[in-house]
Amino acid sequence: MSGQIWAVVQQKDGRLQRAGRETVAAAQALARELGTTAVAVVLGDGVAGAGSELAGMALAGVRVVEHSRLGAYTPGGYLAALAPLIRAGAPAYVLFAHTYQTVDYLPRLAQELDAGLLPEALGFQKVDGELRWTRPVLGGKLHAQVRTVGEGPVLVSLQSGAFPADAVQAGSAPVEQVAAALDGVDLQREVLGIESAAEGTVDLTKAEVIVGVGRGIGGQEKLGPVEELTRLLGAELAASRPVVDSGWLPRERQVGSSGQTVAPKLYLALGISGAIQHLVGMKGSGMVIAVNKDASAPIFKIATYGVVGDLHEVVPALNQALQQRAAG
Amino acid sequence: MKIAVCVKQVPDAEARLRIRGDGAWIEEEGVTFVLNETDTYAVEEALQIAERTGGEVIAFCLGPERAREAVRKVLALGAARAVFLSEPALLGGDALATGRALAAAIRAEGVDLVLTGSASTDLGFAATGSVIAGELGWPHAWLVVGVELAEDRKSVRVTREMESGMNESSRIALPAVLQVQGGINQPRYASLKGIMAAKRKEIRDVAAGDLGIDPSRLGRAGSRLETVSVALPVSGREVEWIEGDAAAVAAALVTKLEQEAKVLR
Ligand SMILES: Cc1cc2nc3c(=O)[nH]c(=O)nc-3n(C[C@H](O)[C@H](O)[C@H](O)COP(=O)(O)OP(=O)(O)OC[C@H]3O[C@@H](n4cnc5c(N)ncnc54)[C@H](O)[C@@H]3O)c2cc1C
Ligand SMILES: Nc1ncnc2c1ncn2[C@@H]1O[C@H](COP(=O)(O)O)[C@@H](O)[C@H]1O
Repeated sequence: MSGQIWAVVQQKDGRLQRAGRETVAAAQALARELGTTAVAVVLGDGVAGAGSELAGMALAGVRVVEHSRLGAYTPGGYLAALAPLIRAGAPAYVLFAHTYQTVDYLPRLAQELDAGLLPEALGFQKVDGELRWTRPVLGGKLHAQVRTVGEGPVLVSLQSGAFPADAVQAGSAPVEQVAAALDGVDLQREVLGIESAAEGTVDLTKAEVIVGVGRGIGGQEKLGPVEELTRLLGAELAASRPVVDSGWLPRERQVGSSGQTVAPKLYLALGISGAIQHLVGMKGSGMVIAVNKDASAPIFKIATYGVVGDLHEVVPALNQALQQRAAG
Repeated sequence: MKIAVCVKQVPDAEARLRIRGDGAWIEEEGVTFVLNETDTYAVEEALQIAERTGGEVIAFCLGPERAREAVRKVLALGAARAVFLSEPALLGGDALATGRALAAAIRAEGVDLVLTGSASTDLGFAATGSVIAGELGWPHAWLVVGVELAEDRKSVRVTREMESGMNESSRIALPAVLQVQGGINQPRYASLKGIMAAKRKEIRDVAAGDLGIDPSRLGRAGSRLETVSVALPVSGREVEWIEGDAAAVAAALVTKLEQEAKVLR
């Protein structure tokens, strides 16, 4: 039997979230694959509730790390709480959700433990008796099969949605309180506050139809026909990150992991490649129509209808067809 | 302030990708390589801080010989000089091995602040900057969209992006490593004068042996990850293609909008 599989489960206000359950589902699946057991770890201030949620899952154990200095996330606090625990338990793999919080401290935890680091895994499979992981490369245009080499544990962060949360197996697990020595530890960051990133407040979540533009638009001065299309459809205009970063549209219209999460009846993706950070914000849409000049763009993997072509030709033609329809 | 900025050269977002003969990576022949997107923001931020504090920017790049072009670009934008690590023994590393090498080169220069991009668009580890911080024993922050240097230059107030459109602000002691996210500033373009001046700027080549690190901890040899193969992703559902000239496509789309999506009134 190889070392255990651990799931470090992210919580919010003492409750598990979908990302946390996904991590447990993945740990259970990996433990089955490798013929070992899975353990969940949850840390924070006031996380007894999350601990009891985990106690109802098929796990060999639940470790709850409570400390007043773990209330607000800091890399110093999380490192000091997790490193000794993982070092002592010597698991084979430690799984995390690939959230902004995890990404911030995971590399440093790996260093501290002299562990391997495998960011953004999409899944695993056994090939010739050896475990292979899949992760996206080149903006999701390709998937790489990766194996881990060398000694010691490997810390793996799992892309959102890679392991469905509803696959968690119920059971009953013993809960253990673990003390963390955090007094006097350098938290490495003094958190001052949290505020909204956008100045305005466009609520895209209520829109039935959204026209999303990506870098393929090629410049702010070329937005005219797309705005016209938005008017004709009674839609809201949305954008991918580079469009906002370039200042072509305001931040409040950004869709994706750092922007809004939308689920309209129709999402028209124009010149958007379909990177995961954009997809997580719109893949719940009813119908997705993608226009992209590159047939291998990842957006087509989630699109209902795909048009391989130049948006500067397709959009004016669509505007004309809509106007004709309206006219009679 | 003396500021290090780490830059990587990556395939252009628009590049047509073909898988290499051995299946383990893309065919680089015919691909255009550019400065990693968020690194352009890191460079701009570094230049602005250096301009405000009367300091200088040093570019650090680890990559094959072709990446010298990216280094020149950063010099043309205004960096004072550059350190380039191109020895094959240093290449092919994961974030831990690459960060280790870059940190050793940075340590030798003695800087006050390190800026990196938030993620590379090819390997996308989103980790190299944090690794550099860990090696140097400095604090770090990932996904930085705002930097405000304290009067005494002993700390920075950093704004970090969070999920779902929120930002967190925090104070971090200097020296530190900040991993810059897109949109933090508007990167400048290189001027002709800058491009000419870059030709005279120093690019110092640093070899693996200069780093004082066990070679088994560097590059491919020091990496805990090994890419076996790359492939096109398999999708759950098949997209239905709509073909024809623009007018035909438009007509077909209107039908879909009307009859299936039912979004036309
Ligand atoms: C931590 C983090 C958070 C992020 N958060 C977000 C987020 O919230 N939202 C977000 O969108 N991204 C986010 N990103 C960025 C994301 O990774 C991608 O870089 C981004 O989504 C790409 O935007 P794009 O598709 O517009 O641009 P590109 O990837 O450059 O794609 C442009 C596309 O346009 C096509 N094209 C070009 N010209 C034409 C034409 N004339 N007609 C038709 N098609 C054309 C090209 O073929 C290409 O597919 C984040 C990244 C990180 C690291
Ligand atoms: N080979 C490299 N040379 C210089 N900087 C790098 C290199 N690899 C990564 N970086 C820096 O680290 C950031 C994050 O890269 P990554 O961890 O690969 O996503 C990049 O935006 C660069 O600033």
